[in-house]
Amino acid sequence: MESRRTSPGTNPDQVLAKIERVRQARRQKFYLRDERITLSHGSGGKATHNLIEGIFAPAFSNPLLDRMDDAAVFLAGIANETAQNAPRMAFTTDTYVVSPLFFPGGDIGKLAVHGTINDLAMAGAEPLYLSAGFILEEGFAVADLRRIVSSMAEAARNAGVAIVTGDTKVVQRGKGDGIFINTAGVGLVRAPGMIGQNQLRPGDKILLSGPIGDHGIAIMLAREGLELESEIKSDSAPLHTLVASLLDVAGEGLHCLKDPTRGGVATSLNEMALASEVVIMLDEAAIPVRTEVRGACEILGLDPLTIANEGKLIAIVSPDVADAALAAMRAHPLGHEAALIGSVQAEPASMVFMQTDIGGKRVLDMLVGDPLPRIC
Amino acid sequence: MKYVDEFRDSHLASHLAEAIAQLNPEQPLKLMEVCGGHTHTIYKHGIEDILPPTIDLVHGPGCPVCVLPMGRIDDAIALAHTDGVIFTTFGDMMRVPGSNGSLLDARAQGADVRFVYSPLDALKVAQQNPERQVIFFAIGFETTAPSTAVTLLRAQAEQIRNFSIFCNHITVVPPIKAILDSPDLRLDGFVGPGHVSMVIGLQPYEFIARDYHKPVVISGFEPLDIIQSVYMIVKQISEGRSAVENQYIRVVRPEGNVKALQAMDRTMELRPTFEWRGLGSIPYSALKLRPAYKAWDAEERFAVPGIRVADPTACQCGEVLKGAIKPWECRVFGTACTPETPIGTCMVSSEGACAAYYNFGRFSMAGERARLRVLNSEATKQ
Repeated sequence: MESRRTSPGTNPDQVLAKIERVRQARRQKFYLRDERITLSHGSGGKATHNLIEGIFAPAFSNPLLDRMDDAAVFLAGIANETAQNAPRMAFTTDTYVVSPLFFPGGDIGKLAVHGTINDLAMAGAEPLYLSAGFILEEGFAVADLRRIVSSMAEAARNAGVAIVTGDTKVVQRGKGDGIFINTAGVGLVRAPGMIGQNQLRPGDKILLSGPIGDHGIAIMLAREGLELESEIKSDSAPLHTLVASLLDVAGEGLHCLKDPTRGGVATSLNEMALASEVVIMLDEAAIPVRTEVRGACEILGLDPLTIANEGKLIAIVSPDVADAALAAMRAHPLGHEAALIGSVQAEPASMVFMQTDIGGKRVLDMLVGDPLPRIC
Repeated sequence: MKYVDEFRDSHLASHLAEAIAQLNPEQPLKLMEVCGGHTHTIYKHGIEDILPPTIDLVHGPGCPVCVLPMGRIDDAIALAHTDGVIFTTFGDMMRVPGSNGSLLDARAQGADVRFVYSPLDALKVAQQNPERQVIFFAIGFETTAPSTAVTLLRAQAEQIRNFSIFCNHITVVPPIKAILDSPDLRLDGFVGPGHVSMVIGLQPYEFIARDYHKPVVISGFEPLDIIQSVYMIVKQISEGRSAVENQYIRVVRPEGNVKALQAMDRTMELRPTFEWRGLGSIPYSALKLRPAYKAWDAEERFAVPGIRVADPTACQCGEVLKGAIKPWECRVFGTACTPETPIGTCMVSSEGACAAYYNFGRFSMAGERARLRVLNSEATKQ
């Protein structure tokens, strides 16, 4: 054991103390240490958190923003304490920069409508109105713009929301990537209880509405250079009606909703575990992943749990309504492959663990940086 | 999923683990898995939780990203910043810190760094950008060297002149020998690398069994492959044997891949010496392009600083790579050094022992306690 001189050694107390120190370090606040923005800051994982917590959150801090949920929820009308019957509104915004613009299962326009609808839905809200802002690059084909806009119109119509205001800017050639779209949305909150990522309680059950990774893998395969043929399509879909059926049966038993977009299920669950100071235990075998997606992930060395989805949700519900909530999801066309994938426990707080397929156990962390394929 | 699920059967895994425990109920054994791919599987599937506590898996130097010294990263970044260059690399290398930032940072500063899935993709980039110089950052053991060799042969055949290779290929046997000769570590056997052996075959490992009397079992990358390989090693030990055995027979042939070896031999030769992170300079442990391929050798064609940079003093990657300490025993593990702010390379690649341990690591204290008890009782006996 001479070689262990430079380290805590094999004294169990010291080792456990080190493990505890690391656990504490993992729970620390996010800091932005970088001098320049890299693509990792847009990946939705840890670097994105560093950017938000390091720059935006402290500058804009207020009680609504500080909850860091997908949408801000506030009382309509003048906010005063007697306004108990005032309706609660949800407000959110999102910007879309996807490449390629058209991909199997969708396009940037459809994504821009569904994404914002889903952010509202995750606040337990019924989406009402959207805005649409466009940044167009000089030289962009009008035929493509027409196609994107009609796809947005169709998506909004199908979802029962109206695009009621908008804006357009054109930038010089080379100063944009064809088209960037921003949408914002308002909705009316229908959830009777408090919904949010800080509302998880020990004993809660974790439901997932269907197989994960479809969107991210579809996009990755549609990009140049990857000569993998597959049938994988983006799962882009508006989730507000699925949320409505969940609310019907779960009511106040619905504690949190999240659509695992960038950063995937792993990042969403870690955000909840951190905000609620609970531990999430997952069962790997219960997590639905399509065979094609698993195959692509095996080849590329990626983890489906960190891949983006655009039409899936995670619902955290109290144990007494879990069965009914799962049944309601399965009865809905967007949730027929829903599954119970884990539960919430008290200790060790702020971590996500997973029982692996072969019966081991591992930590499941947030995505760090962009998902980069490994080499061999 | 076919060819995957059958190697992740939890019942078979626990049966095998029981068989290992029966063969070896008491004696603590230190086995080194050489390959980073194995390290990744071990943590990703929680294999240490399944194995009996007498089996201690030690992580070896087989992560090509991890063993590349900082100076070579600096060279790569300098090449990426060269005017008119498109620098292509595997995704893994993007975040590896040099002495002044990573390739990802270089890209943010304006360098044209692109990631590719194979050297042939990089060659395609060269064909699509005839006015630019395209450099491929070639890294890896004998696993990836053949595809670099084949790409080079094609570039030569098609006379693609705006393409070159920054060659950092390394060979697997010399570091194993260095570890065997190091006084730091007492190992009882090796889980041998599967993909490398698919190319080089079994013969290069014979000296480990013959001269050092340690069992070697070449292993596949699925959880059951690794558990079965551990079983085969423990069986050899319990029978008092040491031999090179092949668990990965569905992929590895005893003679390796002759065509791949020929392509490598045609295009590359051994460097007299090469620096490995943490292990220092090891003679004849890396490959460079043969002089006949000078026209495609980035080190010949461009100015490369080639300055040796000392590893950060806080970082104990070297001891981790030699298996002398476990990742969490490093001074900076998980506190100053994390996957998002890596100090050492082992924290960057998904195959790096530190990243694997950090990302998936069993912070389940019960398992750690049981293992420590066994190790401690052994230490007291000694």
